[in-house]
Amino acid sequence: MSNMIQTESLRFAYPADEGQKPVYALRGVDLEIEKGSFVVILGHNGSGKSTLAKTFNAVLLPAGGKVYVEGMDTLDQDLLLAIRQRVGMVFQNPDNQIVANVVEEDVAFAPENLGVPTEEIRRRVDGALKAVGMDEFVTHAPHLLSGGQKQRIAIAGVIAMEPACVVLDEATAMLDPIGRREVLATIHRLNQEKGITVILITHHMNEAENADRVVVMNDGRVDLDGTPEEVFSQVARLRHLGLTVPDTVDLLDRLRQKGWDVPLDALRAEDCAAAVAGALEKK
Amino acid sequence: MLKDITLGQYFPGNTAAHKLDPRTKILLVVLYITALFTAKSFLAYGLMALVLAVCVRVSKVGLRALVKGLKPVLFIIVFTGVLNLFFTPGEGILWAWGPLHITSSGLRNAAFMVLRIMLLIMGTFLLTYTTSPISLTDGLERLLNGLKRFHVPVHELTMIMSIALRFIPTLIEETDKIMSAQKARGADFESGNLMEKAKALVPILVPLFISAFRRADELATAMECRCYHGGEGRTKLHVLKYGRRDYTALALGVLVLAGVIAMRAFGR
Amino acid sequence: MPILEIQNLTHTYGIGTPFQRSAVEDVSFSVEKGEFLGIIGHTGSGKSTLIQHLNGLLKPTSGQILLEGRDIWAEPKKIRNIRFQVGLVFQYPEYQLFEETVYKDISFGPKNQGKAGEELDHAVREAARLVGLRDEHLEKSPFELSGGQKRRVALAGVLAMEPKVLVLDEPTAGLDPAGRENLMANIREYHRHKNATIILVSHSMDEIAQNVDRILVLKSAHILMGGTPAEVFTRVEELLSAGLDVPQVTRVALALRDRGLPIDSAVYTVEALERQLLALKRGGGPC
Repeated sequence: MSNMIQTESLRFAYPADEGQKPVYALRGVDLEIEKGSFVVILGHNGSGKSTLAKTFNAVLLPAGGKVYVEGMDTLDQDLLLAIRQRVGMVFQNPDNQIVANVVEEDVAFAPENLGVPTEEIRRRVDGALKAVGMDEFVTHAPHLLSGGQKQRIAIAGVIAMEPACVVLDEATAMLDPIGRREVLATIHRLNQEKGITVILITHHMNEAENADRVVVMNDGRVDLDGTPEEVFSQVARLRHLGLTVPDTVDLLDRLRQKGWDVPLDALRAEDCAAAVAGALEKK
Repeated sequence: MLKDITLGQYFPGNTAAHKLDPRTKILLVVLYITALFTAKSFLAYGLMALVLAVCVRVSKVGLRALVKGLKPVLFIIVFTGVLNLFFTPGEGILWAWGPLHITSSGLRNAAFMVLRIMLLIMGTFLLTYTTSPISLTDGLERLLNGLKRFHVPVHELTMIMSIALRFIPTLIEETDKIMSAQKARGADFESGNLMEKAKALVPILVPLFISAFRRADELATAMECRCYHGGEGRTKLHVLKYGRRDYTALALGVLVLAGVIAMRAFGR
Repeated sequence: MPILEIQNLTHTYGIGTPFQRSAVEDVSFSVEKGEFLGIIGHTGSGKSTLIQHLNGLLKPTSGQILLEGRDIWAEPKKIRNIRFQVGLVFQYPEYQLFEETVYKDISFGPKNQGKAGEELDHAVREAARLVGLRDEHLEKSPFELSGGQKRRVALAGVLAMEPKVLVLDEPTAGLDPAGRENLMANIREYHRHKNATIILVSHSMDEIAQNVDRILVLKSAHILMGGTPAEVFTRVEELLSAGLDVPQVTRVALALRDRGLPIDSAVYTVEALERQLLALKRGGGPC
């Protein structure tokens, strides 16, 4: 088992106003993210989840502790490009991460920066656009595309670096349900077919349904960590942290309180229905 | 209404005009502008109009889009036309009223000026319509490459330019949105005197600037995440290469300019 | 008489160009006073074009909008008055804030309306109270506040005009779950206490299901269907084909029906499904 990313008692504080004590956004995070896994990081606004994400590719550097990317220390300036090439980042607002007026030129931006030879750039651009299902749009102008399409272009722009890991920092927050579905389907496919490690930061609980692992951040620390089933069965804890639970879990939780013998970990509608029907039959 | 501004817009295509090397196109525009300012006769302007017509035809950019590009500068065109029409001194006064008079040379000048501005704008717009901003700035960067020796930051300047062009449509859209939002709160941009009108812009400009700074900040982070570290060691998806097409086009351009110079020399 | 009546509204963009396209076509509906109406439809279905007609930001290509029985375009010069009566809160409204203090920003609308002195002060404070802003917030710069608070300021800026109809475009977009719930609670309370008429545009089926009395579903410039949440959410196939979702609870109910359980599939809240299941168990189950 090898780690894609490892943090050791990671601390981080944003610069404070003069005379004020710095407020720590991360206060000791120990996390190991396994290669090839699909990890969702949840938390309310201000829980430190976005700050954490930005330490994964040295956009933010630890104020205490360490972050290792495939064993490379993010504090080592000489490794900066190597680290950023391994861990790609997709941000919330699609408009603010697209550099070029033509789709293919935008996707080519990172390989160009890396000094990849021209024929190889062409191959990577075509491959990346195909991987996100946007190969029809090679010569389109990005600003005329839908939100979900723009975000897929941004993902392609990252994939063209041939990274081992993609971090999506609330990349679905500004999308409509269709756009959100497009992006989720795309990253699940990249995870399964290409073995790319995916770290999805979100506050949409239902996006965590199909993850391998869910990490819940609160107050700069990891609060819950486990499979989606394990995490979402902590109904009371999640509510306490200002998060909701999926309606399926909410329903099962209510029924359990009425003495029903149902599990809490049936997240998907179909599984939930099966659990409820099973409990009704038992009687 | 702001959406009418077509400056910096690019219409993707696959025509000969699109395929020309951007350096060729920039040089051609320079030749074209020189020729326009050399032209002094209807014959010469006719030739230039013909050249433009051929280019428009080849590029398959609709004439409508080009004419639309003239809209924002309509005022300047009309103003220059009127100025030349009424205030050109000369013989053969056709009409006069107080200090205003129309002379035959005034008529001629006005026609030339209007033609010149229109041809100039349509010609340069044709360049941005058929050249993606990235390849345009690429071409510019390569043409100005020699200046690097004098420590001119050519790569940085052209990068700034291409990003500015990239964000024009985004910021126009944003301005529209902010205007609608403030109108929904009863903002009035139409009535009042000049001072009041200027004041009415504050609720648009403040949010627009704040948002532009936020965007710039986020974009810088996103670029860094994609391993941007200046122009050093960068490669390109599209490598610029002069082909036979480019040499032909440049030769034709030089020929047209020579023609216009000849017309002027021979007073035709 | 309905407070707002939309009659055969059509809006066509780019008339006479190759890009001519109707964003809204022959749409008619009415809104009763005190009603909480939800509008759903995916991006490009015409909802933003539609709502910008309700306060006269866009002019219909054809058709009419009647506010309390009067055509809002009867006197085009007075269209600004309509904007005070139909308050429109855009998506991500925090991006319109511009004043030095929260108080000044909230007073922009009512000032344009002609309010002054005590009346203005009262309107601003009342609006701030309605969205849950405290007095200490009022003298702060809006740019110092958190994202959720900025959005409240923007919402207060419209409420301070005391509109007869409030139109909200995706008011909770981008907020975290607690932020979404708090804001919706404020909006519900405003609706209840002021008997306000509210039109809520949202992508979130759960949000719509939990709040509104009636739903309109838009699909490619037309009204696909309309009715109570119970009526609309049973038509799952049509909703899915319009690129929309159904609430997760409805999916569970449908899956239970598929298993042969006598569940009413017109259920869209967790509480309602729980009640049905408990009744079913008491009744001895389906077998």
